[in-house]
Amino acid sequence: MKNIVPGGRMIKIEINGKYYEVKAEKNLLEVSLSLGINIPHFCYHAALGSVGACRLCAVKKYRNASDTKGRLIMSCMEPVTEGLILRTEESDVIKFRAAVLESLMINHPHDCPVCDEGGECHLQDMTVMTGHNYRSYNFKKRTYTNQNLGPFIHHEMNRCIQCYRCVRFYKEYAGGKDFDVFASHDHVYFGRHEDGILDSEFSGNLVEVCPTGVFTDKTLKSHFTRKWDLTNAPSVCVHCSVGCNTIAGERYGILRRIMSRYNGSVNGYFLCDRGRFGYEFVNHENRLKKVKIRLSKNENPVVAENDQLQVSLNSALSDNKRIIGIGSPRASLEANYALMNLVGTENFYHGISKSDYELTKTALHILQNGPAHSPSLKEIENADVVFILGEDLTQTAPMIALAVRQAARNIPLQAGEKTGIPRWHDAAQRDRTQDIKSPIFVANPYQTKLDELSREPYHASINEIAKLGFAVAAQINDNATSVKDVDTRQYMLASEIAVALKNAKNPVIISGIHCGNKEMLHAAANIAFALEALQIKSSLCLVVPESNSMGLGMIGGKSLEDAYRRIEQGEADTLVILENDLYRRAEKEIVDEVFQKCKHVIVLDHLMNDTASKADILIPVGSFAESEGTIVSNEGRAQRYYKVFPSEKSVPESWRMIGEMIKIVRDQIDHPWKNFDQVAKEMGDDIPEFSVIHQKMPGNGFRILNEKITRQPLRFSGRTANSAHIAVNEPKLPQDHDSPLAFSMEGSNEVPPSSLVPFYWTPGWNSAQSINFYLDEPNGSMKGGDPGIRLIEANKNAKVSFFEPDITDIEQKPGEFWIIPVYRIFGSEELSSKAKAVAERIPEPYVLMNEKDIAGSDKNENGSANINISGKEIFVKIKIDPDIPLGIAGLTVNLPGMPFLNLPCSGKIKFASGNSNNQKPGRP
Amino acid sequence: MNYAFIIAGVLLVVLNIAALLIWLERRLLALWQDRYGPNRVGPFGILQVLADVIKIFFKEDWIPPFSDKPVFVMAPGILMATILLTFAVIPFAPGFLVFDSNIAILFFLGNSSLGVYSIVLGGWASNNKYSLLGAMRASAQMLTYEVFMGISIMGVVMMADSFSLKEIVEAQEKTWFIFPQFAGFLVFLVAGIAETHRLPFDIPEAEGELVAGFHSEYSGMKFGLFFVGEYLGVTLISAIIVVMFFGGWMGPAFLPPVFWFFFKTFIFICFFILLRASLPRPRYDQLMEVGWKILLPLALINILATGAIILFL
Amino acid sequence: MYSIIRSIWLTFLHAFHKRETVLYPEEKPYLPPRYRGRIILSRDPDGKERCVACNLCAAACPVDCISLQSAEDDDGRRYPEFFRINFSRCIFCGFCEEACPTYAIQLIPDFEMGEYNRQNMVYEKEHLLIDGQGKYHGYNYYRQAGVDMGVKGKGEGENEEPPVDIKSLLT
Repeated sequence: MKNIVPGGRMIKIEINGKYYEVKAEKNLLEVSLSLGINIPHFCYHAALGSVGACRLCAVKKYRNASDTKGRLIMSCMEPVTEGLILRTEESDVIKFRAAVLESLMINHPHDCPVCDEGGECHLQDMTVMTGHNYRSYNFKKRTYTNQNLGPFIHHEMNRCIQCYRCVRFYKEYAGGKDFDVFASHDHVYFGRHEDGILDSEFSGNLVEVCPTGVFTDKTLKSHFTRKWDLTNAPSVCVHCSVGCNTIAGERYGILRRIMSRYNGSVNGYFLCDRGRFGYEFVNHENRLKKVKIRLSKNENPVVAENDQLQVSLNSALSDNKRIIGIGSPRASLEANYALMNLVGTENFYHGISKSDYELTKTALHILQNGPAHSPSLKEIENADVVFILGEDLTQTAPMIALAVRQAARNIPLQAGEKTGIPRWHDAAQRDRTQDIKSPIFVANPYQTKLDELSREPYHASINEIAKLGFAVAAQINDNATSVKDVDTRQYMLASEIAVALKNAKNPVIISGIHCGNKEMLHAAANIAFALEALQIKSSLCLVVPESNSMGLGMIGGKSLEDAYRRIEQGEADTLVILENDLYRRAEKEIVDEVFQKCKHVIVLDHLMNDTASKADILIPVGSFAESEGTIVSNEGRAQRYYKVFPSEKSVPESWRMIGEMIKIVRDQIDHPWKNFDQVAKEMGDDIPEFSVIHQKMPGNGFRILNEKITRQPLRFSGRTANSAHIAVNEPKLPQDHDSPLAFSMEGSNEVPPSSLVPFYWTPGWNSAQSINFYLDEPNGSMKGGDPGIRLIEANKNAKVSFFEPDITDIEQKPGEFWIIPVYRIFGSEELSSKAKAVAERIPEPYVLMNEKDIAGSDKNENGSANINISGKEIFVKIKIDPDIPLGIAGLTVNLPGMPFLNLPCSGKIKFASGNSNNQKPGRP
Repeated sequence: MNYAFIIAGVLLVVLNIAALLIWLERRLLALWQDRYGPNRVGPFGILQVLADVIKIFFKEDWIPPFSDKPVFVMAPGILMATILLTFAVIPFAPGFLVFDSNIAILFFLGNSSLGVYSIVLGGWASNNKYSLLGAMRASAQMLTYEVFMGISIMGVVMMADSFSLKEIVEAQEKTWFIFPQFAGFLVFLVAGIAETHRLPFDIPEAEGELVAGFHSEYSGMKFGLFFVGEYLGVTLISAIIVVMFFGGWMGPAFLPPVFWFFFKTFIFICFFILLRASLPRPRYDQLMEVGWKILLPLALINILATGAIILFL
Repeated sequence: MYSIIRSIWLTFLHAFHKRETVLYPEEKPYLPPRYRGRIILSRDPDGKERCVACNLCAAACPVDCISLQSAEDDDGRRYPEFFRINFSRCIFCGFCEEACPTYAIQLIPDFEMGEYNRQNMVYEKEHLLIDGQGKYHGYNYYRQAGVDMGVKGKGEGENEEPPVDIKSLLT
């Protein structure tokens, strides 16, 4: 093991008669895959490392030119050595692999026709690749019973080939607790200890990690389509601010599934379950498909045709005092910009509350003007010390939580490397590591799943956590002001954290605006700034709530409260609301009154919601699957999603529809933008921060060898029959003038630029593993750089100026609780909670309380409580959290059925006795 | 008045025969290939032609935009005109003759030379490389074969001492010229096939190589004219052969002379079709070689021999 | 020269040979059972649809004239929600039958399917599905497969051991 040279040294080796320079710290399989050489493998996964369990990646190694015999080795377990000679296609190697595969196939059932993995199955690929084609084992096949693993994952244990990838991902990589391998010898079983819902937020990745069909996508199963039949488009997840890259697949007008699209800087190989299974809102029965117009107030809206829409829009947009446009953090930059163009900058309102906007703006200000770097997920993964302040990452930005879990391994991995165990040698590294973790510090009012990584999880009120933050900053750098009343525990903890951070190479500070406290952001910023002042390269990751919150912050505009005020005062009477449910952002009474005062309410959205139901003119617009757009992640990475469906006339893209309205307002004949590129360009011209997007993203004129990029794989079937029941004459293919992608299987088969990859396929590799051939090396970057354009860079020249702590005491009334928001991965986000599978996972609304706080009342784990916040009552279940501070209660927010509550605030809690099932939780 | 009847009669008969030949050819080819051919429309499928004609009339009269339009339209007309004109000098029976010219043979040769124009112009005007190649082949082929076609029948002229076809027929009262002029007959037969560019000498069309040769771009009724023109040509050459070598209308008196004429012509038409059924197409250079190196010397020797015999006997 | 005359003569003699043509509508030719004509969907011995909507026929089809969507019944059994063949595009190559893992799709010796209206050439599942097993008798895919889709329980298939009891240690 002396040959392992950490740190980027290159070594010369020979593979199949050709000489290559390869990285010294890699193993032979990784090296071969990154050179595009096919070596069959199962148990190796780039993100999980090597364990050498399947024996399929056998190759022949010769020590040097004088070695004529060579020996069979497992390429995933063999480090690269100078002058080594490798043969991957010798006859004994081929025979060996075929034999290994045959034994793996002994018990594999004859399931392919009804198996959802068929057509993108790693086992199928490997069977073809190794040449095994006839089962010579004459005995019966072993069988297992399946488990019901909840609404996301379908379990079919018979198909298992015991590669252990699932446990390695679920338990070791993602930190799941309820999944394991059971029994012994050839009876091993992968599953839960009993039937039940998989608890991990990353269970969906089992679908992609499993090389056969043991774990398949249950949502896809209900409308199953083979991989080769999907029309795909590169997309970006819209369900949180992380901006994971996805591949969305469509057939027969239904969005069929979401797969992870590799982005080495963001999500890598994986996705969280909200991102993977939240897509079904696109197919929801409440999807708006037709224009609805209220012909007069107090009447129900009726379905209208296009010419009637023109008439109504004409009257609404001309007969008014002033038009107010309300944007949205879940709409694309371009759609928001188009709206701003329609109403004018002074009438553009960003569609979030003043306090939320201030928090977003603060976060932006810290990242843009401060010296701290905004890290990508990859950089968080590579951190050696992480400090999380007041953000429950698993629920608000799950993929960041997954990255933190990897960061927790960095210190032990480095230590392992020093003892001669290479990083990729997963089993050995884990054996050596045992329970050692990198220093991770978590401070949050209530328990979070990441607490288990933390040396000493700190649970206190938000203000106390902010104080801790300021104290840490002050201990790192004397120039940072500390707060006065720091208690002993905070002081001790602060010094521990400060020491760890000061000794770190890649410290990452993570906080966010979900707690609703600006001081928390300042405290986090102070820590990062303090480290920068000591010349320690620090990263500061600030989590924002929605997919385009950052982008909206950069566009600017005024708050919802301002808009309401203007309408109350009668300055404006017409509202254009873009993809925004105002009832999620303010109390019902306020919004109701605003709508009452308005003469015309024009709503553009994709799903029926409370705001849409109040619209006088309700215009359906395309969701992320029917439209293109750019959104900015919390990292500041602008990424573009593209249409999966050809846009229908009745469901246009938001920017196109708003363009139609501009035509009416300006009384011009031509649409202001011929295609999406023109909006993007004009946006760049008007808002200089965004000009780089248009300059760097491939525009609709982009071609590879004069051809567009195909959305459909070569084997796409049924072209002459798909619409034959409507008309036997084949219609012209839908054209896409807004992107370089084509709704066809005809076009370029070259590898497209990384941001435009609609699906992964390499000859011989139909499964998700083909991804490795699109990367510069396994687990590396996409060829030609990872997708996305970073709009936020740290201001390295800025003089470090610390924020002064300004912690105001909370206005907790006596006898009341201070109620803070608790976000849930399933339910708190608007769109994904409409998805059928996700809806099944949404918990009943509950309140987190300390056991001692409910002492005296009817203490019951299953008890329930009446929460009264400024007169508004809701009825929820009680959940005990032993660590939440006394006097503080955490209430789930934004779950379906819950009214808007302006948290955090003070509120009364009355305990209902025992099991009062007569009242439905969540209802006032 | 009498002339008008004869002209109308000749036109009617000749054109109908051409149309019928289309059916006849398909049936005969089928017969020799152990098939049935068209046998569904009307008795023995004879109305197939009618159906085809109706179809062809209803087809779009398409002139390619890249073609030389006036010439393109004119070309099939030239073909029809030259061939139909030649029928004016054919003596079908005593007194059944449009125009008894004393230079009938020269008129026939002249008209058949003019016929080349239709093909060359048609191929040229189509402005298509296959058509042009077909037209070039046609011009070379027809120039070549015209030379010894003319020479081959000089023997007949010498023996009959006349250029008038009527007189040639009358001169065969005792012996048909096939016997003394066998070599001339052979050369004329081959040249005749080549002149009508029938298989096996359909090199200007050569669908295996040139799509459809000079008439690749033609469709609808214009193609129909070329098509009918080909069958008219077959009829014409057969009629000329009968007139010059097989005694024209001569035959046993129990049947009228016109029957004999048509009977003999029919035999030759069938022979033409049999050739199509049995022989492959030669290569272009082979065709030219046979023409210049064998048929031309043969025709010349024939004319010399005939001349010598007439002179010395 | 001789060969030319000989071939003319031999061709001429064919006038007296028997004709090969079968006068089709009056006289029906014999079509072997494996003749590739109209496509049907068959049923398994239990009388249920054989097709499991695996999409392989559609993928194999060189003219892409097969289109289907899979669905599941209450037992989880896969079947095609719709199954459409556009016969105006079909070239009767039989690749679909070759690709079918369950003997569901079969080509039969019937080719008389001309229509005056091209739209009538589009066959849906109700036009394709027959009541019998077609050419291949006795095969039931679900008895061979490892899945439990209402035909047999886990481990009750023709080639299967009973399910493993993972809670026992030594067996």
